[in-house]
Amino acid sequence: MGRMAVQMLQIVKRFGQVAANDNVDFSVKQGEIHALLGENGAGKSTVMSLLSGMYRADGGDILIHGEAARIRSPRDAMQLGIGMVHQNFRLVPTLTALENIILGEKSRPWRGKAWKQDKAQEIEAICGKFGLSFPIHAPVWQLSVGEQQRVEIVKTLYRGADIILLDEPTSVLTPGEAELLFETLRELKQSGKTMIITTHKLKEVMAVSDRISVMRKGRMIATMDRSVTNTRELAELMVGRQLPEASETAPGCPGNIVLEATGMKVLADHGYPALDGVSFAVKKGEIVGVAGVAGNGQKELAEAIAGLRNWEEGAMTFLGERMEAASIRRRIDKGISLIPEDRMKSGLAGSLDLVDNLMLKSYGSAERFKLGFVRKNRNERWAQGLVDQFDVRTPGLNAPVRGLSGGNQQKLLLAREIDRKPGLMVAVHPTQGLDVGATESVHNMLIGLRDSSAGILLISEDLDEVMKLSDRVLVLYGGKIVGELGKWDIDKERIGRLMAGLGETKEAAG
Amino acid sequence: MDFFVNLVIAAISSGTPLLFAVLGGILSERSGVVFLGAEGTMLIGAVVSCLAFVHTGSLTLAIAAAVGAAGAFGLAHAFLSVTLRANQIVCGLALTLFGTGLSAYLGKPVAGQALAVSMPRVKLPWLEPIPFVGPILANLDILVWLSFSLVIALYLYMYKTSWGLHLRAVGDNPATSDAMGLSVDRIRYVHVIAGSMLMGLAGAYLILVYSPNWMEGMTSGRGWIAIALIILAGWNPLYALGGAYLFGGLDALGFRLQLMEIGIPSYFLKMLPYIVTILVLMAAGWRGRNKPSIEPKALGVPYVREQRF
Repeated sequence: MGRMAVQMLQIVKRFGQVAANDNVDFSVKQGEIHALLGENGAGKSTVMSLLSGMYRADGGDILIHGEAARIRSPRDAMQLGIGMVHQNFRLVPTLTALENIILGEKSRPWRGKAWKQDKAQEIEAICGKFGLSFPIHAPVWQLSVGEQQRVEIVKTLYRGADIILLDEPTSVLTPGEAELLFETLRELKQSGKTMIITTHKLKEVMAVSDRISVMRKGRMIATMDRSVTNTRELAELMVGRQLPEASETAPGCPGNIVLEATGMKVLADHGYPALDGVSFAVKKGEIVGVAGVAGNGQKELAEAIAGLRNWEEGAMTFLGERMEAASIRRRIDKGISLIPEDRMKSGLAGSLDLVDNLMLKSYGSAERFKLGFVRKNRNERWAQGLVDQFDVRTPGLNAPVRGLSGGNQQKLLLAREIDRKPGLMVAVHPTQGLDVGATESVHNMLIGLRDSSAGILLISEDLDEVMKLSDRVLVLYGGKIVGELGKWDIDKERIGRLMAGLGETKEAAG
Repeated sequence: MDFFVNLVIAAISSGTPLLFAVLGGILSERSGVVFLGAEGTMLIGAVVSCLAFVHTGSLTLAIAAAVGAAGAFGLAHAFLSVTLRANQIVCGLALTLFGTGLSAYLGKPVAGQALAVSMPRVKLPWLEPIPFVGPILANLDILVWLSFSLVIALYLYMYKTSWGLHLRAVGDNPATSDAMGLSVDRIRYVHVIAGSMLMGLAGAYLILVYSPNWMEGMTSGRGWIAIALIILAGWNPLYALGGAYLFGGLDALGFRLQLMEIGIPSYFLKMLPYIVTILVLMAAGWRGRNKPSIEPKALGVPYVREQRF
């Protein structure tokens, strides 16, 4: 029995009425990798934020290495040797990796060349010791996501952390990169560091952790050794009920082509091509999955098809009409629908109620308006019908949608889009941040839409989702389609290699 | 030849107050706080400086008073926008309106009174023989030299010191800086106050050197021009120099063309610097339209640690 690195006793943290942590007890042994498991909103991130000093607890005690600790700011956490690798990296994009790592260091105000070289050497030594590599003099925005994560890890090490918190560290990585990260974690463990990782991917938990704690709805449910549990038990603990056996998705029956894009070239925000020479087609009644690591052109692909981003070159034909230069309104009217990446940013209007949000794309139509006035009663009946049909749980039709849970917001958004009977739906990360139940509903809605003979372009970072739903998978890497796989030869390892830009064969991956 | 030398000298004297104000604005905006109170702060600096000089006859006290009064304005802005997290645009506009009104009131007794003031000059006779630049550099006042050294000092401060790194990080990503143990609020306070002090110095230069004669609203929009120039300079002190002297040069040129009676109505000549500022901003915006913005990412956004998104 090793010493305890972290002990949290009866921790309470409230946000308004909601208890994000409800009398949580949590302890981590010195030198172990401890996985903290739970669905979104279970309270994992709150635990991490309390330990890293971003939040302050409303009640309870925290002990670090057996001594009572008051962590009131990130600085306190750092002095206790706690370092955190955030899910959304806490890096300043315009600064170099080196500058990010030494940020916050107070000694030596003047920073000449010699000083910078000393620091670079010191950092390279840490990198070498744990097998982490990245260009240390390049500005962070030029680094890949995997490299940025390594900068974050080195940052915590440089500052002398011996307890390292990693919040959803694999959510942005390819399977290959994730494996590399696990190697690093094991190295760190060898040198005596304690690590706490949060995740909702069960396979990773089984692969890397020594002990596992499961949280649900702000409470700590169980803590156990990895050796005495299995993924199924963990999943049931997370959800709190028995899960049905995973079902195979019936394949669609593709018909005529609805969308054809050829030689597509689109620029990203920074002015360089995000997509170059991309050609593909989507047929009626099929789901085409687009796999790829974030930042390889998926966002730009979705935006270019929906008309939110200009086409530099290439042609797009939708239901027989040339559309690469058409207005957004024209595309919507013709039947292109977009489920955006960030539903609260470009999908819904948070302070408006359910009825208004459902009408957002129908303004001006005779169905909803008469002589410019809203047909209130008629619209409310229609909205109630959609809410019932798609099982949106809401306190009322006139509640602002901001107050709905993420899953219900997403169901509302899909209800609006599906009700318009689109010919093509572009769905970007449609289940991101949703719990198991809502994910299931969204998947069923997408399959239902497919079976009503719409084409669907599914862009997702969740490989399991892409593999489950897609009839075909396109793999995007560096702005090009590097592979296309049919329903029957979808293979995780192969997609993973393509996503990492390693080409088709095992030898090439060597 | 003489015409150009005189023009450059006039451009420097007209551009220097702008340069101080732009440098101040850069400091504040780099920490992530928009400071639209520039116009009001300059006016307060000018009127306080004027009063202090009239009552004490001391140049040093006149400058110190301007810097102190402007610092108080900065403190007010920092308190409202950092501690109370009020909307920075509204706070800034309020300070400008307040400063305009207060300076007019305070300046009543000294309005129109010419100040017998002369800023000491740094004589460098050995520079005189160098053609063109010699006569210009040999005869500048100390505040101009101070502004030159400030440009270099601030550049080194921002890019070569740990404090500068902290400043740039806080303006780009306060949450990260906080997680790294920096005090976001303290860094913002310091730079907003330091920035407004420089704007006060700009006002002092205006009244003590450029036009030693208090008039209501005598900044005539220079505070606003300074805010445009911050963007044009890309938040970099070195480029601030170019922007400030461009405007100063046009100001001086307009005045000179008027004297030459070339038949263009004087109103158009007075408009010249403002029009060119708009054109230059448009050109800069057009050229950078596809590039990532160099604006500090967190500019104008109050920082709240426990904010849930």
